[in-house]
Amino acid sequence: MQLNRDELLGAYRRMKTIREFEERLHEEIKTGEIGGFTHLYAGQEAVAVGICDQLTVDDKIVSTHRGHGHCIAKGCDVKGMMKEIYGRAGGLCKGRAGSMHIADLDVGMLGANGIVGGGAPQAVGAAIAARIDGKGRVGVTFSGDGACNQGTTFEAMNLAVVTKVPAIFVFENNHYSEHTGDAYAVGTSKDIASRAEGFGMKAWRANGCDFFETYAAFTELLEYVRAGNGPAAIELDTERYYGHFEGDPQRYRGKGELDRIRAERDCLRAFRARVTGAALLTDEDLDAVDAEVLALIEEAVAEARADEQPDPATVADDVYVEYY
Amino acid sequence: MAIMNIREAIVSTLNAEMERDSDIILLGEDVVGGNGTAGGPEAIGGIWGTSPGLWKKFGPERVIDTPISESAIIGAAAGAALSGKRPVAELMFADFVGVSLDQIWNQMAKFRYMFGGKTKCPAVVRLVYGAGMQTAAQHSQSVYAMLTAMPGLKVVLPTTPADAKGLLTEALRGDDPVMFFEHKTLYGVKGEVPEGDHRQRFGEARVVREGGDVTVVACGRMVNFSEKAADAVAKDGVGIDLLDLRTTSPLDEDAILESVEQTGRLVVVDESPPRCSLAADIAAMVTERAFTSLKAPPAMVTAPHSPIPFARNLERAWVPSPQKIEEAVRRVLAFR
Repeated sequence: MQLNRDELLGAYRRMKTIREFEERLHEEIKTGEIGGFTHLYAGQEAVAVGICDQLTVDDKIVSTHRGHGHCIAKGCDVKGMMKEIYGRAGGLCKGRAGSMHIADLDVGMLGANGIVGGGAPQAVGAAIAARIDGKGRVGVTFSGDGACNQGTTFEAMNLAVVTKVPAIFVFENNHYSEHTGDAYAVGTSKDIASRAEGFGMKAWRANGCDFFETYAAFTELLEYVRAGNGPAAIELDTERYYGHFEGDPQRYRGKGELDRIRAERDCLRAFRARVTGAALLTDEDLDAVDAEVLALIEEAVAEARADEQPDPATVADDVYVEYY
Repeated sequence: MAIMNIREAIVSTLNAEMERDSDIILLGEDVVGGNGTAGGPEAIGGIWGTSPGLWKKFGPERVIDTPISESAIIGAAAGAALSGKRPVAELMFADFVGVSLDQIWNQMAKFRYMFGGKTKCPAVVRLVYGAGMQTAAQHSQSVYAMLTAMPGLKVVLPTTPADAKGLLTEALRGDDPVMFFEHKTLYGVKGEVPEGDHRQRFGEARVVREGGDVTVVACGRMVNFSEKAADAVAKDGVGIDLLDLRTTSPLDEDAILESVEQTGRLVVVDESPPRCSLAADIAAMVTERAFTSLKAPPAMVTAPHSPIPFARNLERAWVPSPQKIEEAVRRVLAFR
């Protein structure tokens, strides 16, 4: 894998943007200005960026409950996202989606999903469409270790294998489905990739806290799928810094678990060490990105707060394209 | 005009529309039928005979046999619709919406609204429904009311071959998700079908007959039963305004209200249990909006509040019959 300086900076910028977006939301939610459920992605940035950096806007992704990272990685407008989460008129979905259902079809992001396991069959549909179009595009579903236990995911994997469409199943195992550990809830010895293999798919496994390992594994996978070999899967071992939802005190975590994860498995720190160690980028380069990202998030929050609320008169608009 | 039955009208419409628009794809269990068997693909051509020849003509990329996986079928249709295609997904029995309900109700019905109006979801789900073939509790239900209750879906129930063509064409050319209900006992019903381009707008009830004494509102097979009831009371000089709803979402409220304002009497016939049903909904709507026109309380002719039984005589007792409709008509007429 050879990433040039701009590509490395871009990947770091997107990972950092996700991290700061989430860290800031974690603080802002305490003010009570943001309603509903918010599920933060911080900790898993290397997965979203390692994968979406290799997709085009015409490749489709379907996301999870924890969708902000996938949105940012796929190129959604960060300010539009922040407004959406604040429930503002200028939000990506006009304040209809909130955090859990956020989508931006223009960049091939077919939606976070309020239903665990809801997205996988839709990625197969996107892959069916992609194959008909014949332009080498793919349909990607992100699923957590929770969604891997849903029947929809199994049905989707089987349908993808049967129809040999370019569907990609990305399993982000952050070891918790809501508050229950994968050691308990995932059968097959905690190994999700073997389930995909059980359906006859080629599956990759990688350390999802390592951007470069994730990226390299996905490069192979994508090449395999784009070559017309049918669907494939990848399981990424990753970590979730925050609770299932914001406000979750994470009492189910082991003593010192979060401190250890943050110290030993932080994908941003690992990225920095790797690129500065190999003299590909300097700390100054990365610090400059950090400053730029912080300013963007600051602006996004300020603009979201200042944006107007949706007009209640529009409450039943856009249910149908046409209705009479 | 050609004479054909509803089954033939559906096959020929799918064929013509798939020819016209290469974005239309068909997927479902056994829509090709025979894949992976000694008989080979197209050994069946659709369990209801509504897709023979399509695989041969349009190929396996557009006519896709699926495993028995209703969530995957509907979910794939939803994803394909978001990705620029116009999928037609077949549910062999409407009862199986239970298995795939999340993809219908939480996903495709809500995409447009939830995403701020920035997308469309032009998917058609064909659902084979209805009692009358002794297919019992899990293969006979009329779940149209349940889906009518879900904003974001359009619900269509043709009862004539002409409407099967017109409504399916409209469904395939529209940009919203459509639940297209095909009554399993009506496939053989014959009638004239307009040649060429024929679209039937949604939300326009069909006036089956005008009589002026009692308004009878029905859909699906109940339209045909209501005709029998209308014939029976006509012998006593009673004239029925019979409306075939054609679509329950959108609902042609104006046609119903207009007729009730003339007749002052309403009978709603619905092949499903009464609680939270289409009959209850229409009776409430008329009571609220045409109260002063009413000369009698609206009558609902529905199935009992029970699952559908197997035994032939029990099933006959369960389905609203022409006799029950006739009795309801006489009851509202007798009310003073």
